[in-house]
Amino acid sequence: MSGIIGKKIGMTSLYMEDGRSVACTLIEAGPCVVTQVKTVENEGYNAVQIGFGEKKEKHTTKSLLGHFKKANTTPKKKLVEFRTFEQPLNLGDVLTVEMLEVGTFIDAVGTSKGKGFQGVVKRHGFGGVGGQTHGQHNRGRHPGSIGACSFPSRVFKGLRMAGRTGGNRVKVQNLEVLRIYPDKNLLVVSGSIPGAKNSYVIIEN
Amino acid sequence: MSDLIKLVEAENAARRADHPEFAAGDTINVHVKIREGNKERIQVFQGLVIQRKNSGAGESFTVRKISNGIGVERIFPILSPNIDKIEVLRRGKVRRARLYYMRGKQGKAARVKEKKK
Repeated sequence: MSGIIGKKIGMTSLYMEDGRSVACTLIEAGPCVVTQVKTVENEGYNAVQIGFGEKKEKHTTKSLLGHFKKANTTPKKKLVEFRTFEQPLNLGDVLTVEMLEVGTFIDAVGTSKGKGFQGVVKRHGFGGVGGQTHGQHNRGRHPGSIGACSFPSRVFKGLRMAGRTGGNRVKVQNLEVLRIYPDKNLLVVSGSIPGAKNSYVIIEN
Repeated sequence: MSDLIKLVEAENAARRADHPEFAAGDTINVHVKIREGNKERIQVFQGLVIQRKNSGAGESFTVRKISNGIGVERIFPILSPNIDKIEVLRRGKVRRARLYYMRGKQGKAARVKEKKK
C-alpha cells in the first residue's frame, strides 16, 4: 500500500467515452513530504509519516517545529502515518499525484459531515412506526419497541438508537482515478467522498 | 465555483460550442448515436424543445414529439457524447421557458408560432 494526503475541492460530472455520465470528486492531492521514517529499532514498528498543507510558523509549537526541521521542510498542517509503504522512502522525500495512474482504483478516507443528534430513521435507516392514516397521529419516525418484557427485563447492549450522527472516519473503497493534472496537483476520482469541501482526505492505493 | 472545478469542466466548452443556440419553443433534430453490439448508427429524434434545464455540466433539454399518436418526451444531457449533432429547424415564439402546457394539447392546438426576425 502507498498513499497521499489531499483536500476535497468539490464535485462535478464527466462523460466517459461510452456515453455514461459519471459523478466525480476533485481532490487537491499533495505535494506531501516525508516527515518521519519509523523503524523497528527506534519506534518498535515500521511506518512512514507524511505531511500535507502549509502552516504558519507562529502557529506551530516549538517541538513540532524541530520535527519538521529534521525533515528539512516547512511546517505542515496534516500529518498521517502509513504502516506499509511500497516504495522505500527517505526523510524529506516529496510525494505528488504522479504516483497514481489513471484507470487504477483507490480508497479514500475522510471524516464524514457532522449531522448532530439524529433520530433512528436518519441514523440507522429505520422505517418508522405505522402509516400516515388509520387514525395514527404521532410516532411516525419513532424507533418502536426496544425489547421484550420480564424476560430479559433489560435492553440489550448495542441496540441502535438515536444519537450523534456523522463526524466519523469513513473509508470509501474502489474509486476509479479518472483524471490527473500533475501541474495543479489535482486528482479526479469517480464517486463521492466523505466530508465537507476543504476537508482532508487520505488516498490509499 | 472553484477554479479547479472550472479547469476540469473546461473540456466541456468545445462540445457545447458544437451545438447551435436553441431555446424552448424551437423545433430541432437531435442526431443520437446508438450502439448495437459493436455497430454504431445514428438515429434522428425530431421534436419540440419544451425546456432547457440546469446549467454547467448538468445542463439538459427535453424534446417532445408525437409518435404514432402517442406523446414521447426525451431528455438529453447537452454535453452527452451520444449526441452527434443538433439542427434547429424552426424558431418558435413562446412566452415561457417551460412549455409543460404542450402536454395537454394535440393536433391544431399544439402548434407554436414561428418567431419573426
